[in-house]
Amino acid sequence: MNTERNKDEPMIEIRDVHKSFGDLEVLKGINLTVNRGKIVSIIGPSGSGKSTLLRSVNHLEVIDQGNILLDGVQVNRPDMKGLQFERHINHIRQNMGMVFQHFNLFPHLSTIDNITLAPRKLKKMPPKIARELGMELLNRVGLASKADVFPNWLSGGQKQRVAIARALAMEPKVMLFDEATSALDPELVEEVNQVMQSLAEEQMTMLIVTHEMGFARDVSDWAMFMDGGVVVEECAPQKLFSNPDQERTQNFLRKHLNS
Amino acid sequence: MDFNLMIEVTPLLVKAAWITIDISIRSLFFGFFIACGLVFLQSFQFAPIRWFARGYISVIRGTPYFVQLLLVFYGGPSIGLRLDPITCGVVVGAFNIAAYMSEAIRGSIESVDSGQVEASRSLGFGKVQTLVSIILPQSAALMIRSIGILAIVLIKNSSLVSIISVVELTYQAQRLIGSTYKPLEIFTLSAFMYVIIIYAVMGIIELAYRRAMRYTTL
Ligand SMILES: Nc1ncnc2c1ncn2[C@@H]1O[C@H](COP(=O)(O)OP(=O)(O)OP(=O)(O)O)[C@@H](O)[C@H]1O
Ligand SMILES: [Mg+2]
Repeated sequence: MNTERNKDEPMIEIRDVHKSFGDLEVLKGINLTVNRGKIVSIIGPSGSGKSTLLRSVNHLEVIDQGNILLDGVQVNRPDMKGLQFERHINHIRQNMGMVFQHFNLFPHLSTIDNITLAPRKLKKMPPKIARELGMELLNRVGLASKADVFPNWLSGGQKQRVAIARALAMEPKVMLFDEATSALDPELVEEVNQVMQSLAEEQMTMLIVTHEMGFARDVSDWAMFMDGGVVVEECAPQKLFSNPDQERTQNFLRKHLNS
Repeated sequence: MDFNLMIEVTPLLVKAAWITIDISIRSLFFGFFIACGLVFLQSFQFAPIRWFARGYISVIRGTPYFVQLLLVFYGGPSIGLRLDPITCGVVVGAFNIAAYMSEAIRGSIESVDSGQVEASRSLGFGKVQTLVSIILPQSAALMIRSIGILAIVLIKNSSLVSIISVVELTYQAQRLIGSTYKPLEIFTLSAFMYVIIIYAVMGIIELAYRRAMRYTTL
């Protein structure tokens, strides 16, 4: 996969990241590198810290220790204070698209305005050009006919496709997905998976937290199993999903592939 | 019922009703800004500032408006705070309603799902832009409703400023009763005027509320 650009340039670097909520240590020293154009999937039982790790990458959670880098630039900057850090993190976040389990579309804005709000406000893109960009993105996710509809009128699968388009509108360097299909009815999962698949084909760098073992195996370049705040095992997805080394991974997969 | 008398005193009561409206609107206007200030103070990292705002709100909510009014009007001069009756009514009304309104504003802001803030911040929006573009439009409907209820409280409270002889609707009614000895007619008439004012306000609120809600029904 991706032989042309297989340059091993690190895009996301997670180095020895620790995070606690009160007395509960949720991340106990996580290391992970996602190279440019690669797709890494994170799996693991509920409460293992997958979301916390993903949210730490774009600083929705503030890590206690360690470093996170995006394309060589350090995301967490304990040395920066107040407005200086605000400016820094807002800039960093413009380069990272995030897709949430519950979509979090803006209900007071039409579909296209959801997508174009950030480019218009943050990149000062003229409304006409923003609309063209918005239509192009809606086309990409197969929802051009829904441009002027409000999110409440969309199905879950459509909402998530709009949410992906919204994240893409800022032309991010990486995309983060936190269980993008977990809140969907089973018959709507496929349409979202297809959009993610098409991003994979366009060499988008992606970090995916998922419960969809089949999808993770097919689409990823690398897979990681987390449990109790530590990385139990990471390797090529073919190996992780078929014959993992660790017993904990085996048990987890046995439970998940049966249900 | 002496209907002739009622017709006769109507112009005087209407004039006084304007004072009621005037005091209420001005209290609401200034109260809104004070309330926004209180909400802002409560967002400070520095705890004593938050405590100050919380303490202020607790004291105001824990004491009767009537007592606050008397305290400022009669107690104020001894610390050099001398206000004419109408100004006093407006100022005390504003500072009183602001305590309740700040809670209403905060509540409507907090009612917006935290996922909205996260989505906005993850796109790269700052705090202020998130507030203006994402949170306020979504909290507007609820905010209008709760501020509307407070506007009605304010109008009813304004009858209490009669005690410091502001010639608003209730004071004028009492004066007319003093000279005519017809409390039934005159209080009925003044109550009717309160009803008209309050229902007009409720109508305006409903229109504003529907406007703020329109995106959910489109
Ligand atoms: N804001 C928070 N405050 C306190 N505890 C939290 C917070 N967020 C997460 N946790 C705790 O941290 C642990 C890890 O949570 P996290 O959401 O990262 O797990 P997860 O692997 O994503 O699980 P799931 O598969 O259920 O989404 C859990 O025990 C959770 O209760
Ligand atoms: Mg999670």
